[in-house]
Amino acid sequence: MLTANFLVGACLAYVALLFVVAFAAERMTAQGRGEWLTGPVIYTLSLSIYCTAWTFYGAVGYAVRSGLEFVTIYLGPTLVLIGWWAVLRKLVRVGRSQRITSIADLISSRYGKSTALGALVTILAVVATTPYIALQLQSVTLSFSVIAGSDSDDPGSISLIVAIGLAVFTIVFGTRNLDVNERHSGIVTAIALEAVVKLVALLAVGLYVVFALGGGPAGIFARIESSPIAEWQVSSGRWIGLTFLSAAAFLCLPRMFQVLVVENRDERHLATAAWAFPAYLLAMSLFVVPIAVVGLGLPGAGDNPDLFVLTVPLSQGEGGLAMLSFLGGFSSATSMVIVAAIALATMMSNHIVVPLWLRSGPQRAMMSGDVRRVVLMARRFSIIGVLALGYLYYRVSGGGAALAAIGLISFVGIVQILPALMGAIFWRGGTRTGAGIGLGLGFALWAWTLFLPSFGAGGILPAGVVAEGPWGIGWLRPEALFGLEGLDPVLHALLWSLLANVAGFVAGSLVSFPAPMERMQGAAMVNVFRSGAALSSWQPSRVDSEDLLIMVQRILGPSEAQAMFQAEAARQGKQGYLPDATPGFVERLEKELSGSVGATTAHAMIAQLTEGSVVSVEELMRVGEETAQIMEYSARLEAQSDELSRTARQLRDANAKLTALSIQKDAFLSQISHELRTPMTSIRSFAEILRDGDGLAPRERARFSGIIHDEAARLTRLLDDLLDLSVLESGQVTLHPASERLDRILDRAVAAAGVEGALRIRRRGAEHVHLVTDPDRLAQVFINIVANARKYAEATTPELTISVRQEGGAVLVDFIDNGDGIPAEAQSLIFEKFSRADNTEAAGGAGLGLAICREIMARLGGSIDYLPGQGGAAFRVRVPLRMAPPRAEAAE
Amino acid sequence: MTPPAEPPFVDRRLYRRRRLMDAARLLPVLGAVLFALPVLNAAAPEGASTARTGLFLFAVWGGLVLVAGVLSRALAGPEGAPPGPQAAPDDRPPPPATAPRPAEPRC
Repeated sequence: MLTANFLVGACLAYVALLFVVAFAAERMTAQGRGEWLTGPVIYTLSLSIYCTAWTFYGAVGYAVRSGLEFVTIYLGPTLVLIGWWAVLRKLVRVGRSQRITSIADLISSRYGKSTALGALVTILAVVATTPYIALQLQSVTLSFSVIAGSDSDDPGSISLIVAIGLAVFTIVFGTRNLDVNERHSGIVTAIALEAVVKLVALLAVGLYVVFALGGGPAGIFARIESSPIAEWQVSSGRWIGLTFLSAAAFLCLPRMFQVLVVENRDERHLATAAWAFPAYLLAMSLFVVPIAVVGLGLPGAGDNPDLFVLTVPLSQGEGGLAMLSFLGGFSSATSMVIVAAIALATMMSNHIVVPLWLRSGPQRAMMSGDVRRVVLMARRFSIIGVLALGYLYYRVSGGGAALAAIGLISFVGIVQILPALMGAIFWRGGTRTGAGIGLGLGFALWAWTLFLPSFGAGGILPAGVVAEGPWGIGWLRPEALFGLEGLDPVLHALLWSLLANVAGFVAGSLVSFPAPMERMQGAAMVNVFRSGAALSSWQPSRVDSEDLLIMVQRILGPSEAQAMFQAEAARQGKQGYLPDATPGFVERLEKELSGSVGATTAHAMIAQLTEGSVVSVEELMRVGEETAQIMEYSARLEAQSDELSRTARQLRDANAKLTALSIQKDAFLSQISHELRTPMTSIRSFAEILRDGDGLAPRERARFSGIIHDEAARLTRLLDDLLDLSVLESGQVTLHPASERLDRILDRAVAAAGVEGALRIRRRGAEHVHLVTDPDRLAQVFINIVANARKYAEATTPELTISVRQEGGAVLVDFIDNGDGIPAEAQSLIFEKFSRADNTEAAGGAGLGLAICREIMARLGGSIDYLPGQGGAAFRVRVPLRMAPPRAEAAE
Repeated sequence: MTPPAEPPFVDRRLYRRRRLMDAARLLPVLGAVLFALPVLNAAAPEGASTARTGLFLFAVWGGLVLVAGVLSRALAGPEGAPPGPQAAPDDRPPPPATAPRPAEPRC
């Protein structure tokens, strides 16, 4: 018989070993060493927390009571894992892509980051898990008292010590820091070690039973055949129901979700676990029936089949084996409690405590103080709370019920999450309302039909209610709801609660309409395998990135937050730590934060900063209005930009004109200097001849003097033109208004142009118009036009048609020749100074004529324009019948 | 948002991989059926032999583990999980889209 003290010492040593392993693993992972620590083997072993003390001890008892039925508890998870490609892979992918921290987080984040749903799932999980934790404490206590004999004082105190020890371990390794991915390499490694210990222990006992006591496989086979459980009867409903139940629970249990999804480091680990974990389960259950049969046949094994794993080796005096077996059971219990406590604490802090804390005051996310500390403290107290609840449950219930029964009750409770969970990843139509109704109904029915009655008639429910229904309403009896009698209680509860749950979920989803956030999350999760399925959410980006940095620092710690911000700033091409708070960045940030504090909390905290906590229909409508305004604005912008481009076009034209002019001006300057130079040269040379040539004949002298005179006159004319133009342009011209008939002015002009014989002139229209204008200036304009026609009209018989008509208060005089006209690109330039249509020197003029004409007409209050499309060159001169008094000119 | 139209024919490797996925999805169904078989016997009034049924169950279990091992090894190939035209369950690196050409001389 082992002493209690020795046992306590062994337990302490074992726990110390776990501490060392966990600590070493954390250090190695942090330093990037020990890749196998994060490999598929550890991942698979960590899944073994499914096998709790219930499995370790209870399976044998279960086999004694119901034959092979115990195996259903393992067949379910086996089916789930070998079907990993269909369900688990998607679950893991969703969990990783959305940074899910717990099953409550998944449900809440899928259904619109709903705080209420997260809290509901958390409460459900706590209520369903508490009995399970109690079960572990009970099994440790029981095994302790069995192995240490009756010399232990109070078995209850052992469970208290165990609970406290587990709380310390979990707090130390589970809440050391807020990891951005919520992964705990230390704990996972420790539970992997525990997985090995319990497997080795059970296999050792099994092999011992088979080969030392049972006479080998054949012997055991014979013993089973002749044992009390040689024949077994099972209801097909219970067999199939329990298999389904265990499969569903495997997916829904918070601790399983923690190791399956949250602690998963690489999706490919799942491929290994897909066959390795079923193999582990197979090994764990292989020797259950042999141990049961041998235990039944051994008088010293005691009468509690739940403890055969311990009592069989003990009765044979195998102290070491019994010790190993005890450690195996201890491992099973502790690993389950540790992970369950972490999972529940994460859920409680993320979905109950922090949301309440955030709600307790406005702008909590911005208040000074360390949010991390709040979250961590919430977790630590949650761990203590969870373990305290388990301990209380154990004390209150007195550990009366058979172990397996409590396990199944828990399973049925936790399985209520299944419809919402499957809906979350496979059905985009699932809504928050539906999930809430389904979960609520299922939870209520589970509590009524299974959980409350499990305390025994007269426990919580009065005996009368259990037997006859509340207020004597028979069809509401907890164990025969709607008159469904004769069914196994677990099946009965499973059937009704899941039926109501699924019906409520589906009906509620079909009827209700999801919020935009739900629809986005639904699409992101259901279509997680489609590339680019990550829909961008919209966040009003009125957030200051410095505020964001302050908040993130308080959650992730300064260095990590600053590194993140710096990386983002670099990505945006900025220096320093403050990137622009673009919607994309805010969204990424929220995802990072949700890895630490859960999607709901992260969303709420970001929302407090962005002032856009919920995307409501109102917000959508506002967005719609904004869009309309933006569209209107953009239409206005478009109009403005049209105008701008028109202006730009005009500017471009003007610029082109200027450039052309400048070129022409340069050409003209060189030409005018040439033209000034030519007469000057001849004047100078003839003047020299006259000066030096004493023997010149008078006739020659006269001729040379005449040439000098003509050249000087030409120079004068040129200079006169230039002077005239500059006077006209500067507005210093003096006009002499007089009344005169148009035909007389025209006669004079045609005569003065000196075109007799060279140009045929046709005159049409009513020319007998009296004008009040400056007749000399007007004649100058006409002369210029007529002379131009003679110079440029290149026709065999040049003709000029002058037609006159009145229009309004003005008379229009058109001059149309039969030449080639002026090319379009030159039309805009001909009225400019120094310009000549063809740039030839043949014309002999300086290119000032039309410029002078335009200036004169402007002074006279009329205009001169080129008239395109008339066959030849055509000018229209518009002369007002009465020119404005010269005072206006002076005033200008 | 309509998914891009898939071609009616995919190449042989991809076809094989798709059927592997089908097998992986159907394996649990097969397992469920096989696991449910003993119930038919055990439901009889005289019950069934625990030892024989147990042997059957463990044999099926072991078989499933083996098949799941083979399938997951094939599925968790180097290309990882996502189904689609880009997922090729091939150990060889995919051939480069264009053969590397010698750098052309610059003018």
